[in-house]
Amino acid sequence: MAQIAITGVGAVSPLGIGAPALLARWLAGASGVRDGEAACADFDPADFLSVKQARRADRFTQLALAAAAEAIADAGWQDELPYDPRRVGCLIGTGIGGIATIEDNHTRLAAEGPKGVLPLAVPLMMGNAGTAAVSMRHGLRGPAFGVVSACAAGAHAIGTAMRTISAGDADAVVAGGAEAALTPLARAAFGAMDATSRCGVSRPFDARRDGFVMGEGAGVLVLEDAAKARARGAKVLATLSGYGASSDAHHLTAPDARGEGAAAAIGAALADAGLRVEQIDCVNAHGTSTPLNDRSETQALKLALGEHARRIPVSSLKGSTGHLLGAAGAVEAIVALLALRERMVAPTVGLQQPDPELDLDYVPGAARALDVPSERSARAISNSFGFGGHNAVLVIEALGR
Amino acid sequence: MTTDTQTIEQVVFDSLERFGAEREQISRAASFEELNIDSLDLAELSQIVESEFGVELTSSDVATVKTVGDAVDLVAGRA
Repeated sequence: MAQIAITGVGAVSPLGIGAPALLARWLAGASGVRDGEAACADFDPADFLSVKQARRADRFTQLALAAAAEAIADAGWQDELPYDPRRVGCLIGTGIGGIATIEDNHTRLAAEGPKGVLPLAVPLMMGNAGTAAVSMRHGLRGPAFGVVSACAAGAHAIGTAMRTISAGDADAVVAGGAEAALTPLARAAFGAMDATSRCGVSRPFDARRDGFVMGEGAGVLVLEDAAKARARGAKVLATLSGYGASSDAHHLTAPDARGEGAAAAIGAALADAGLRVEQIDCVNAHGTSTPLNDRSETQALKLALGEHARRIPVSSLKGSTGHLLGAAGAVEAIVALLALRERMVAPTVGLQQPDPELDLDYVPGAARALDVPSERSARAISNSFGFGGHNAVLVIEALGR
Repeated sequence: MTTDTQTIEQVVFDSLERFGAEREQISRAASFEELNIDSLDLAELSQIVESEFGVELTSSDVATVKTVGDAVDLVAGRA
């Protein structure tokens, strides 16, 4: 089966524009949370899109387009696709899709009746709009569809992209996730189910954690059949060596407290990568800062990795960016692989007061070095779990830079 | 109610600019194709002229117009 090379990455996040800013600011322990939310405050669509492109894209799609352009340039594809366009796929996940578009048009419906609803409402709100826009912008004519699994969507998109290449359906796939749900309805809805933090602080694994902080952003990766990437002389950032997915089949929103579903996905991802648990060097946790996730994820890691779970660092980006929902898995995969290349482990920002029930090394305080020689691959697992009980886990390996 | 052609032209030109057409390229003689104005834009333009001038345009009406002037005249003829 084909090995999968990651040859380009791009991200727009509450830590700034671009994947390098995301990594640098996370390693520095910065936070993009302001007033209880984590917006991409530096993002101006006019920097990336024409008037026409911008008005034909909900904000989640605008973020996806910016991240995709960065990833494609990073892969050296900006002038020309290195493959037959029909052999290049596109899979952009999202938790919700164009919710700002839905809300705006609903307001118009209420105020003006059906004739107030815009012709662009459907193409902007649909969950596959990010995929559609990215594939059109870059002329990607291979398999393309939206991937929807709440907060696991970005990771499912990447895993599905990996399978699409392995199965021979494409030579490369542009994959990732995007979300822009900092809207009145989404705020109210997540608040109504008591999922979001009342105090507006994201502090994964902290004893005082009381819910997630809503964020927005996009992450996009270029995945290629590794043999073909090497043949074209591509710079390979990392290898995507494993993917595991499972469902809790337990509850609409609450994770299985014993972590069995998530552990099954971790186990499947390791088996897919052909790795033993002792070969994993660090974990990029889902770590949402909700009381339930952080406890059940800890259980899942112990279940899947045994005693080894206690020996390796487990850090969550969400202390720094809040929860990017359907973009989270993609942005986290990107930052995990970039940190592996730097041989660094980033901190779980906001974690100050340990929870006696949570007894892994969650990397409080500051970044630290990852003690893996640069000539052997360092290996991370990146966890993503979505409402609905959907779990997706990626195994990423990278040589030192 | 009658509306003068110039007013209609102004509303149409402004709408096209908002849709992303370049202001300096917008003229009565310009075709929608060269302005990169497609069926979704024309559907929105139909909504705007209906709301502004009370003129209902169906998708088959819109399908017959090729230039900006065609659209202005079609609306002016019914306003």
